[in-house]
Amino acid sequence: MSTQTAVQPGMIDISGSTRPSLAKLVQVEIRKMADTRAGLWLLISIAVITVLVNTLFLIFSNDDLPFLAFLQFSAMPQGMLLPVLAILLVTQEWGQRTGLVTFALVPHRGRVLLAKFVAALIFIVAAFLVAVVIAAVLTPIAGADDPWEDVTGPYMLRIVLALVLGGVWGFAFGVALLNSAFAIVAYFAVPTVVSIITGIWTSMQDKLLWFDLTTSSAMLFDPDGISGKEWAQIGTSSLIWIVLPIVIGWMRVQKAEIK
Amino acid sequence: MCSASDSGTVERMIQVENLSKKYAGFTAVDDISFTALPGRVTGFLGPNGAGKSTTMRMMVGLTRPDAGRVLIGGHDYLDIPNPGRHVGVLLDASAQHAGRTGREVLALSAATMGLPKSRVDELLALVSLTDSEAGRRVKNYSLGMRQRLGIANALMGDPQVLILDEPANGLDPAGIRWMRGLLKGYADRGGTVLLSSHLLHEVQMIADDLVMIGRGTIVAQGTPAELMQNSGTYFRAVEQEKLLAALADEGIVANPVADGHRAEAESVRIGAVAAKQGITLIELRGADGGLEDLFLELTAETQRESYTDQTAGAQA
Repeated sequence: MSTQTAVQPGMIDISGSTRPSLAKLVQVEIRKMADTRAGLWLLISIAVITVLVNTLFLIFSNDDLPFLAFLQFSAMPQGMLLPVLAILLVTQEWGQRTGLVTFALVPHRGRVLLAKFVAALIFIVAAFLVAVVIAAVLTPIAGADDPWEDVTGPYMLRIVLALVLGGVWGFAFGVALLNSAFAIVAYFAVPTVVSIITGIWTSMQDKLLWFDLTTSSAMLFDPDGISGKEWAQIGTSSLIWIVLPIVIGWMRVQKAEIK
Repeated sequence: MCSASDSGTVERMIQVENLSKKYAGFTAVDDISFTALPGRVTGFLGPNGAGKSTTMRMMVGLTRPDAGRVLIGGHDYLDIPNPGRHVGVLLDASAQHAGRTGREVLALSAATMGLPKSRVDELLALVSLTDSEAGRRVKNYSLGMRQRLGIANALMGDPQVLILDEPANGLDPAGIRWMRGLLKGYADRGGTVLLSSHLLHEVQMIADDLVMIGRGTIVAQGTPAELMQNSGTYFRAVEQEKLLAALADEGIVANPVADGHRAEAESVRIGAVAAKQGITLIELRGADGGLEDLFLELTAETQRESYTDQTAGAQA
């Protein structure tokens, strides 16, 4: 209170003012994803579709499925929906113009983007854990001869990495385009076009793999492990499709006028 | 440090200094400077597109100025660690996620600022949003309800300064009266309010000080009374012709307005002349709508060309 009286007229005492912590901002961003009907349904559908896909495979597959098979079934719908979630996490501030409030409360915009990035990672890891639980429950029911074949730490990490790359790719397009529709369309159209080119232009296929993130990140699902060259290809294609758009988007958000 | 306050410097809570913003081909805000004082409601008045919103966005770091700066309580807004606790901002009541409930909108702000949940209920009560209204999604809100929600959001952090863009827009007369009471009370407790409006009568009801902006420049500032002074005195007398003649002798020019006349003089001078001549005054007051004339005049150039032509024709 004594500091209050010491303040000069026309001055605001900010000595007791502390920045919202990154952890707090991440919490808020996670909450923003779940507190609207659209966001909540996206989260619910990721969970429900993951369960559904696994159950359908369990019922209709002729083979006795191992743990990893279930995990790979989960990766299909999650690989499509998690990037959409990451996109919406960013673009809702522009589409719904909530950025006016968000960036007035946290004027250092990079901190908001960082919080959104961390929130996206948390959602991705949580989705993976859901997939692991489902697979763990269904594997004994399926009754494969060697249900835990190839289940190793490194391989599990590679699957997480594949999911993260996909989600972060969505995030990157979201930041670069700042528009839900553009970003979602771009996220699905660009890899398709790149893959088609890689598929058709067979003479260049080896070289094009350095640019094709879809194909190179799919190699992460190979239980036999991947070579140094393949890692490098994942690296270069991530640089082009993830790092570059994030840098562009970051600068764009810093400069942009929030209206 | 002490000498500065001893020397009687005016306490400026918001200080806008030579602020400019250019967009491709046009200057939205052109080298403007003005202040807002604590304990007072400052009205930021100007027609649509005059640069009010751009100025307010620049105050809170949402738009980067090309030149100049804004100090709020002596600080650049970007240097305030937790700005919501010191400066309450409402820039567009409609800029809310349509799918969130009103309560959730406030809860997000409270969480960001590090305030307890109970603060949300306090603010909802303050702006008279009921529990069931707070539980509705914002897309089902009327503009008036959105404004109340926006005001609640701005007041959430118990700030010393309020920056509100068109807060009365969409409020009914009772709502405007409510807001006037709320903002007056806030200013009486020492708070600083800057609110924009494109409607003169709205701002006249609420503001202690006025800053008028037109085409990106400040065209007038002062208290309504000060600005009215320049707009003259309206008078009507039983012996109107005799009074006009007596005024003319004093060198006071009067022009016919409605049933009476308007003169560029203080009312006390006209009253004195009338008393000396034994003239019976029927009306003597600050020119009615003088501020409105001033507002239209000062901002006329920002209107469409054809409008200016029409008024010029009417005056001729």
